[in-house]
Amino acid sequence: MTLVGWVQVLVFFALIVAVTKPLGVFMHRVFETGEAPLGRFLGRIENSIYKLFGVDPKREQDWKEYCFALLAFSALGVLVTYGIERLQGHLPFNPQHFPGVPQELAFNTAGSFVTNTNWQSYSGESTMSYLTQMAGLAWHNFTSAASGIAVALCLARGFTRRGGPAGPKTLGNFWVDLNRSILYVLLPLSFLFALVLVSQGVIQNLKPYLDVTTLEGAKQTLTLGPVASQEAIKQLGTNGGGFFNANAAHPFENPTPFTNLISLFLIFAIPAGLTYTYGRMAKDSKQGWILFAAMSFLFFAGLVVCYHAEAGGNSAFAGLPLQQTLGNMEGKEARFGVAASTLYATVTTDASCGAVNAMHDSFTALGGLVPLVNIELSEVVFGGVGAGLYGMLIFVVLSVFIAGLMVGRTPEYLGKKVEAKDIQLATLYILVFPIIILGFAAWAAVSAMGVSSLNNNGAHGLSEILYAFSSAAGNNGSAFAGLNANTPFWNIALGISMLAGRFLMIVPALGIAGAMVAKKVVAPSLGTFPTNGPLFAFLLVSVILIVGALTFFPALSLGPIVDHFQSLQGKVF
Amino acid sequence: MSSKAQTVSLFDRDITRRAIGESFRKLSPRMVAKNPVMFVVEVGSALTTVLFLRDILLHPAGHAPIWFTGAVSLWLWFTVLFANFAEAVAEGRGKAQAETLRKMRKETLARRLVGGKLEGKEEEIPSSSLRKGDLVVVEANQLVPGDGEIIEGIASVDESAITGESAPVIRESGGDRSAVTGGTKVLSDRIVIRIVSDPGESFLDRMIALVEGAARQKTPNEIALHILLVGLTIVFLLACVTLIPLAKYSSLTLSVTAIVALLVCLIPTTIGGLLSAIGIAGMDRLLKKNVIATSGRAVEAAGDVDTLLLDKTGTITHGNRMASEFLPLPEVRIEMLAEAALLASLADETPEGRSIVLLANEKYAIPANAPGASTGTFVPFTAQTRMSGLDFGGRSIRKGAVDSIGKYVIALGGRVPAELGELAARIGDSGGTPLAVADGSRVLGIIHLKDVVKAGIRERFKRFHAMGIRTVMITGDNPRTAAAIAREAGVDDFLAEATPEAKMRLIKDEQAKGKLVAMTGDGTNDAPALAQADVGVAMNSGTQAAKEAGNMVDLDSNPTKLLEIVEVGKQLLMTRGTLTTFSIANDVAKYFAILPAMFVPVFPEIAPLNVMHLASPYSAILSAVVFNALIIVLLIPLALKGVRYRPLGAAAILRRSLLIYGVGGVVAPFVGIKLVDLALEALHLV
Amino acid sequence: MRKELLIALRATVVTLLLTGLLYPLATTGAAELLFSERANGSLARGDTGQVVGSELIGQVFATPPYLQGRPSAAGNGYDPTASSGSNLGPTSKKLRDRAIADVARLRKENPDAPMPIPDDLVTASASGLDPELSPEAALWQAPRIARARGVAEDRIRAVIENRTEARDLGFLGEPRVNVLEVNLTLDQQFGKPHPAGPTAAAGTR
Repeated sequence: MTLVGWVQVLVFFALIVAVTKPLGVFMHRVFETGEAPLGRFLGRIENSIYKLFGVDPKREQDWKEYCFALLAFSALGVLVTYGIERLQGHLPFNPQHFPGVPQELAFNTAGSFVTNTNWQSYSGESTMSYLTQMAGLAWHNFTSAASGIAVALCLARGFTRRGGPAGPKTLGNFWVDLNRSILYVLLPLSFLFALVLVSQGVIQNLKPYLDVTTLEGAKQTLTLGPVASQEAIKQLGTNGGGFFNANAAHPFENPTPFTNLISLFLIFAIPAGLTYTYGRMAKDSKQGWILFAAMSFLFFAGLVVCYHAEAGGNSAFAGLPLQQTLGNMEGKEARFGVAASTLYATVTTDASCGAVNAMHDSFTALGGLVPLVNIELSEVVFGGVGAGLYGMLIFVVLSVFIAGLMVGRTPEYLGKKVEAKDIQLATLYILVFPIIILGFAAWAAVSAMGVSSLNNNGAHGLSEILYAFSSAAGNNGSAFAGLNANTPFWNIALGISMLAGRFLMIVPALGIAGAMVAKKVVAPSLGTFPTNGPLFAFLLVSVILIVGALTFFPALSLGPIVDHFQSLQGKVF
Repeated sequence: MSSKAQTVSLFDRDITRRAIGESFRKLSPRMVAKNPVMFVVEVGSALTTVLFLRDILLHPAGHAPIWFTGAVSLWLWFTVLFANFAEAVAEGRGKAQAETLRKMRKETLARRLVGGKLEGKEEEIPSSSLRKGDLVVVEANQLVPGDGEIIEGIASVDESAITGESAPVIRESGGDRSAVTGGTKVLSDRIVIRIVSDPGESFLDRMIALVEGAARQKTPNEIALHILLVGLTIVFLLACVTLIPLAKYSSLTLSVTAIVALLVCLIPTTIGGLLSAIGIAGMDRLLKKNVIATSGRAVEAAGDVDTLLLDKTGTITHGNRMASEFLPLPEVRIEMLAEAALLASLADETPEGRSIVLLANEKYAIPANAPGASTGTFVPFTAQTRMSGLDFGGRSIRKGAVDSIGKYVIALGGRVPAELGELAARIGDSGGTPLAVADGSRVLGIIHLKDVVKAGIRERFKRFHAMGIRTVMITGDNPRTAAAIAREAGVDDFLAEATPEAKMRLIKDEQAKGKLVAMTGDGTNDAPALAQADVGVAMNSGTQAAKEAGNMVDLDSNPTKLLEIVEVGKQLLMTRGTLTTFSIANDVAKYFAILPAMFVPVFPEIAPLNVMHLASPYSAILSAVVFNALIIVLLIPLALKGVRYRPLGAAAILRRSLLIYGVGGVVAPFVGIKLVDLALEALHLV
Repeated sequence: MRKELLIALRATVVTLLLTGLLYPLATTGAAELLFSERANGSLARGDTGQVVGSELIGQVFATPPYLQGRPSAAGNGYDPTASSGSNLGPTSKKLRDRAIADVARLRKENPDAPMPIPDDLVTASASGLDPELSPEAALWQAPRIARARGVAEDRIRAVIENRTEARDLGFLGEPRVNVLEVNLTLDQQFGKPHPAGPTAAAGTR
């Protein structure tokens, strides 16, 4: 680890701290005040969009209506994208004349983008037409991010609205939340940052690939396309799906360490801002900052391990006359080096982004363990836009429950009692991960269909399997990319994992929102433990770590942990 | 205090013996199935037993050694037995308590009035066949056959069977002292009682059922915790079962015994095994304090209480005002005032009157047997005159309300000095009651009557305050008086000039603010408020209506008991919370014991994870299983006694608990498992 | 229910047009207007103005007179239509074998270079298109290039040092040298090498 490496980390983190409040305040204005925060003009556009939708923006929905709207919209999203992929050969913006996408892959990809996962079993530059990239995929980068924000808002409203049993049981209107998050947050920022990225070398055009003759006289085909517009929203919406196979390691997606910093900033900006929005909704900004603090702790804990492991070099090269002062450079770009690569790996898996600027599969065992564990901790370290906040709030419910019992009071959070039904829903939420990840991984590990796709032997192969299902269920989308996931088994298994990991968790989260919103508000007293202090942050972090560790430690110990001990002894398979 | 307060020691020999038997009876799958966590353990025990038998019979190759399978199987059974034992001990202790209660339930003959008419004929039937609404006659030296309400007559009743208090109490028809409890003994007179509950449905019956664990319904928090524990069990089930194929990928065949051992060690058996014992013990603790709760839910709610409403009289102050000083007018000697006050009160048998005599006597040495006084005529207090006194030897001495005395002397041609009003106002301001004294047409001065706050009450309120509970004093006094007493007693707030309606409104207001309210009451007019309050504790001496309205009855009729009730409620939740934390925190060490042991045959590189340096893979797994079973037994006393409650702020309690049960829960099993391992090694068992 | 489905359908169409077409097309237009050169791939041109690649995309250099990039797992090496890393983990025998082979080749091709070899020369990049090298790895090749081009090593080093980019803003990323830019400069300063150079290992996959 180097000093300048840490300066880079700290500057990045300072930027996030700095943006949290202003962006949080802005999003509070967008979602909770009903005003037109970016001027009359956009306000008029907003209203005409409601007319096009055919909704009355003033009418609020209860949790079931809200949930139905979200599910219906998502289901249509899967269908439409599936259709575009299958038909791309007959559609415009296809200068390379790519044929229709095969059905399992099309299903996997549609599910992947609707769920904000952006797992890519395909290689973008050789599979997807520009139309598919823009209208089939980047479209979901907006809508799935907006849906995530919507769910987080819904849950936050459930906790913070204080109508009591007599008050309204509604939680907002999904179409309004969708429209406003796209129009006021995602679109303007994406447009702005897309142009910033172009100015640094990220390409943005609709031209066919360009054949050139290299200096040595060989032929090279330069891939082109509308990359920057997709790059900006892919980071901002924590989607992570690259235009190209190499994702943000590709020089056309992420040409300089500066664009790298912008990407990192965009990934964390909204999730961090939402913690402040949440604090504002709770009328106690400390409630938001304490979530921020817990997240920050986990962020740095992961980063230290990952950075340290990668800086130590690659054990596969032990004994060779190599100078490993740069650290483990296999699968990393020269311009980023170990510091910016491990920072990216940590950030992209803390948030459920999944974009990568280095290949996690080639990380050292411990370095690769960190992204994997980050995902398995449910990506609550800032997390996906919206998903991070609602995931964190589920852990808050569990922490509050344990803590409440320990202080001898029926547990309550923001004045609302946490009761059997809430625990039941939170438990369902928690169960989704082990069922999908461990269940599917166990199946893949012993079936020929699963094992034949592996790129590495030994324990590292098991890590590839675990990573794939964790990434899918966690809606992350990054990979131990050696795994050839473009087979019917993997496409379907991962497709199911992604859909389950998204919607089986959203439904209970919205259910909790519905249960919470109508609850009587209990006045705090000395006997109520404060959920806005460091003690609570500590408890929250412990609960997250313990739930994650207890669930996955056995499986991990057969994968990355064995891998680590074997690599310490210089073994190769 | 009650004679029952010292009851059963923690591990009474009888109870323990019976509980051991019970533990085996409770192995029946039907009973264990109620507790999914322990059910999983039992299934694991059965499975390993089958494997053990198979190994003995078939000696298959390539499996774990027979002794290992046998030992794990044995200790898994112990795990279930220990959990059963904990529950059985708690139930046994509850039963012992219930037994004491039941003794009062002695079968007696009841003299029922035929047709439920007062003038009806008497018939003798067993008390157990009395129905609600029956009228029975009880005379001196007979036992009251069931809970009821006196509808005719007055009697002194010995209630020591339930309260432990030996002094007889007066019970009479009408008013707030009309309730009698079955099993108590009428000492004098004859009363007619209307029975208020069907057999088996009295408070006592319900409480007996609750402490015996039979009718115990899970409380809301217990249900929530139960769900969480089941969820965790499913998580661990998944983690362990999927380990088999995941290990197979690495050509590692895990023995079923080892997987079952891992599973049992990970699922929250500690809290799962002790959960019902904790609940039963909580009810039991409450009963030991002579409080009968009608549901576990009420006990839990008590732990959540934010606001306590306390009647001033009887709870905060001794029921009566006492004379605290004499304030003579100018030019009146204090002894003169004291003497007149004493004379005016000589025949006054009220506590106030007696306190005046006592004060004059003790402080000013005025003899209580003034010459001739006994021949005087006592003028009793009436609502019209609002004064009392004594006429003797031509003197008419009066004491009474300041304005009444004023009118009295003016009528006699005297005058009221201005200073009298000033003195009276001063006393009023300090929360006291002024009583003017006149000798003929001359006003002498004022007696300061004061509410005396009970000793130690201030400290109690401090404790409440530290717990974050707001105390509100309810009194019929005027606001000035109320404020002064509130200040002296250290309550947070007061409701003066309280009417039942005002009291009700206060409760509703507090609840609207999101607070849980507890109160005590005994009168019929308290009933609506008792029902409205989240925790309503009726005094056993109170009316049946009050008892029905509340959700607890205090057999000692001691309103300050609320503090203890609240603490029992909190303890109940805390014990569950801390043991859950402990149970889950334990898993970290168990992973470090078992996983390396399971994987080391194929992955020798993983040996450094064996941080405890356990002797061998088999001893590592066995040690974890043994520790996991023993910890249940070791924690039974804690489960039964409850975690010690300290009146600290929630943050302070949480910090303490996290340190002891969270951090302690991580560290303890590392030590414990290592010790078991050393012991197994020393005994050459592994 | 049906009404909600209809709303969902209309919302699908509206958001798709807005974010899936309008937004990328508007961005493309603005990018073309403001940063046309960048938006179209930062193309690099040779002495006659012909396009020889992109500044941002690495290409295969296998002959001694040219600075050589890192091993590439993209297709048969630096194939932009198949960007990829090797994805080989730290316990991969394939990775170790590849490194051993690369070390052997590098030693053979660079007999005058000092040991040890900077490791970015034997590690495949993440994209397979990495256009850059660490300054150490570039300078390490200077003796070979100097000998192949018949110029003093110092002059080669000077070109490389001249073309070395510092960390962005002084603290972002790592210092690096763009291989194609160095090679263009080398050609400019010392002339194009004769095509009949010794054929070293071709694609470095």
